[in-house]
Amino acid sequence: MPLLRISSPHAHGSTSTASIMRQVLLATLPGILVLTHFFGFGTLVNIAWACVVGLACEALALALRRRPLGFYLRDYSALVTATLLGIALPPGSPWWLIAVGMASAILLAKHLYGGLGYNLFNPAMVGYVVLLISFPVQMTAWTPPRGLGEVPGLWQALQACFLPAWYDGVTMATPLDVLRQNDGLLLQDLWQQTPQFGRWAGLGWEWANLAFLAGGLWLLYRRVFSWHAPLSMLASLALCAALFYDGGSSASGGSPLFHLLSGATMFGAFFIVTDPVTSAVSVRGRMMFGALVGLLVYLIRVWGSYPDAVAFAVLIMNFAAPFIDHYTQPRTYGHRKPRGET
Amino acid sequence: MRRVFDFHGGIHPAENKQQSLTRGIRQAGVPEQLTLPLSQHIGAPAQPVVAVGEQVLKGQLIAEARGHVSVPLHAPSSGVVAAIAERPIPHPSGYSAKCIVIDCDGRDQWAPLHGVADYRDHEPTQLLERIRAAGIAGLGGAGFPTAIKLAGKPGASIRTLIINGTECEPYITADDILMRERAGDILAGIAILRHILHPEQVLIGVEDNKPEAIAALRSAAADAEPGLEVIAFPTKYPSGGEKQLIEILTGLQVPSGGLPADIGIVCQNIGTVVAVRDAIVDGRPLISRITTVTGEAVAAPQNFEVLLGTPMQYLLDLAGFQPEHCLRLIMGGPMMGFTLASAAVPVVKTTNCILAPSASELPPPPPAQACIRCGLCAQACPASLLPQQLFWFAQGKEVEKLEQHNLFDCIECGACSWVCPSHIPLVQYYRASKAEILQQRHDHEKAEQARLRFEARQARIVREEQEREAMRAARKAAAEQRARQAAAKGSEDDPVQAAIERAKAKKAAQQSGDAATPEQQAAAQLDALRQRLEKSEQRLAEGRAAGEQEKILVALEATVQRLREKIAAAEAAAPQPETH
Repeated sequence: MPLLRISSPHAHGSTSTASIMRQVLLATLPGILVLTHFFGFGTLVNIAWACVVGLACEALALALRRRPLGFYLRDYSALVTATLLGIALPPGSPWWLIAVGMASAILLAKHLYGGLGYNLFNPAMVGYVVLLISFPVQMTAWTPPRGLGEVPGLWQALQACFLPAWYDGVTMATPLDVLRQNDGLLLQDLWQQTPQFGRWAGLGWEWANLAFLAGGLWLLYRRVFSWHAPLSMLASLALCAALFYDGGSSASGGSPLFHLLSGATMFGAFFIVTDPVTSAVSVRGRMMFGALVGLLVYLIRVWGSYPDAVAFAVLIMNFAAPFIDHYTQPRTYGHRKPRGET
Repeated sequence: MRRVFDFHGGIHPAENKQQSLTRGIRQAGVPEQLTLPLSQHIGAPAQPVVAVGEQVLKGQLIAEARGHVSVPLHAPSSGVVAAIAERPIPHPSGYSAKCIVIDCDGRDQWAPLHGVADYRDHEPTQLLERIRAAGIAGLGGAGFPTAIKLAGKPGASIRTLIINGTECEPYITADDILMRERAGDILAGIAILRHILHPEQVLIGVEDNKPEAIAALRSAAADAEPGLEVIAFPTKYPSGGEKQLIEILTGLQVPSGGLPADIGIVCQNIGTVVAVRDAIVDGRPLISRITTVTGEAVAAPQNFEVLLGTPMQYLLDLAGFQPEHCLRLIMGGPMMGFTLASAAVPVVKTTNCILAPSASELPPPPPAQACIRCGLCAQACPASLLPQQLFWFAQGKEVEKLEQHNLFDCIECGACSWVCPSHIPLVQYYRASKAEILQQRHDHEKAEQARLRFEARQARIVREEQEREAMRAARKAAAEQRARQAAAKGSEDDPVQAAIERAKAKKAAQQSGDAATPEQQAAAQLDALRQRLEKSEQRLAEGRAAGEQEKILVALEATVQRLREKIAAAEAAAPQPETH
């Protein structure tokens, strides 16, 4: 009787990388639905096209690296990157913009570093920042939300994506941008005079943030990741906002609630900061990582030159993750002190 | 209610314990042949004391302990020693090792047994000797000689005795069934251990997935002396690890690299406790144990009381083994057990379970994917390590980093591998790294010893050379001195005549010495020594004045010193003439 000779453990839990990735994809659905509702079908077209380009880039890279295609394509990681970048891009982005972003994400940020698990930087955020720096005009062209203008349907969104220069002029500054540019109005007046603002934050944005929060909470419930990084990021962002919120003068940076429900805050907290590959490892490390991302988001939003700061904040902290790891080693059983310094 | 603590991490794998608990303990009976490895414990293998062809009785000593960390071995049944030779043994590496093979005669005839009427009449050391002589090694899995563990460190007092009835590994029920059926024996064994250790408290730790066992122990413990508690706590793997159980029950952690005794705790497995009772009360050596045979590839999973040395195949057949469904055989549980090369290997003292899973039950592991640093392993690790970092360093063979991240605190429980979504066999990496580092340390130590030996030899050669040179120089100086003296005398006398006179005088002294009393001899010796000292001192002074080489001076000084010592010794030893 030939017997298998393998070492323990012989049993295995039911999680797999693919199932984790699938759950992350599922958790983005509420946010995508709300974005589609408020900003039209552009987001869906973004995601679909990003997935096509993403899989193609992944397959190309795997083929060049002589890796088994099917085995790695089935881990859903390229689709997660594509979905995250698709959500982050303005609806109605042209096809080439998305393609350049995905190519940067998959080829540059992921496979040049050795593929899944070896990348130092979050691929979707690398793709986003490459585009933001290279094509600032296209990247800040957000369509007005439902209630302020015509929301493009599926056909219009497809045209915007794949036909040259069909779509222009119907874009506007995001609420974060408006707030940053403001230097004359009290916040209360700004709120009333500018149509982009809704009840708590930007019109539509607040709901999109709440939807991403819901998806994130579901992932927490499913124990796909731990609460440490997202919570510490939100807490530190809210704390910074509270510290510098002077009740609404023209120099104010916005209330904590405004910051929590604006731009990519929730999306970043639950879908970007939680990227395990590029964040710190230990519990303490992740809390530190999240808190510093939150701090950077506030700093860049209020005093930096880019309105949406999550991508930059995350990439900067990706640099710091190994450093954080070095100093946050947990105390091992039976040891008095955690070891850290070499 | 007593406070129960928690330890970091842990997992909840499917327990799969019910299958083997539908029946009670069954006697496995006597197989045709028993194969007894000489090493069924940690430490030096036992030394055979029987010869091939010799008739042995059940319970008779067949191999004695060799060295401190070792236990003897006894014949599990009566029969004839068929061979003392290499046989395959249950070992992760599929080794063969020296075994005593007994052809059983089927009569199962006992050698005379000498139990103790009342253990309280005996000193703890006597009881420990009996436990050692009964061949008891920990039945939990590691097989550490029990008497040594109980004897503990000299001076360290044991405040807490912990009885481990946790059995956190899935599938295994050997301890569970023992607690259900023989709770009285367990309590009797504990009473003996209390007499030996005098602990302030005895804690029996049982996971709450064994309600029957807890109830049986509690009812048996009702009559026990106070200071004993049966503690149930939430089921979580690996609560049965000694360190984890200690933390659960006491909130204390065993210092890294230390022993439970360092914090006043001794831990014993349920099965070991019963073996201690059998050895003291009945005088019965350890010749059998309870073993679970389970998995979907056996028709009737159950627990057997089985003679040590019984072939596993025999036991599997008793449980209705279906080899066609079985891809691998595991000794132990699915988390920490190891796979066997064949079913022909014998049951040994540490065989708590034989797991014969079907191919669908424990499928071969899928290929590993890249680590995405999800951190699930760090959340699951009961030692609070960072498994993914260790994996990273293990791949890169970064020995320093591995040690800095406390690789050697890994207990190899497999929780990290179990949760890993990328199916990375993490524990294998740690085992390989540990082995590699230990090998490196060993090699380094050997190289260091060789270096020290070489340096010592070089130093010795140099020293001997120096001594020889100093001696030569001393002789030369003496010769010169004599020549100078002779020259000085020669100016007054004829040197030849003087030499003749000296020789005559010497001869006369010798002749008179023959007849001299011991006192006179001693006095003469003392005189001679004093003369030599005088000469040496003179030479030394001359040498110093002449600025001779350092090593010559050193040698002369040594000579002076030696002579002084000799004179002192002679003076002390010499009979005093005045008293006569």
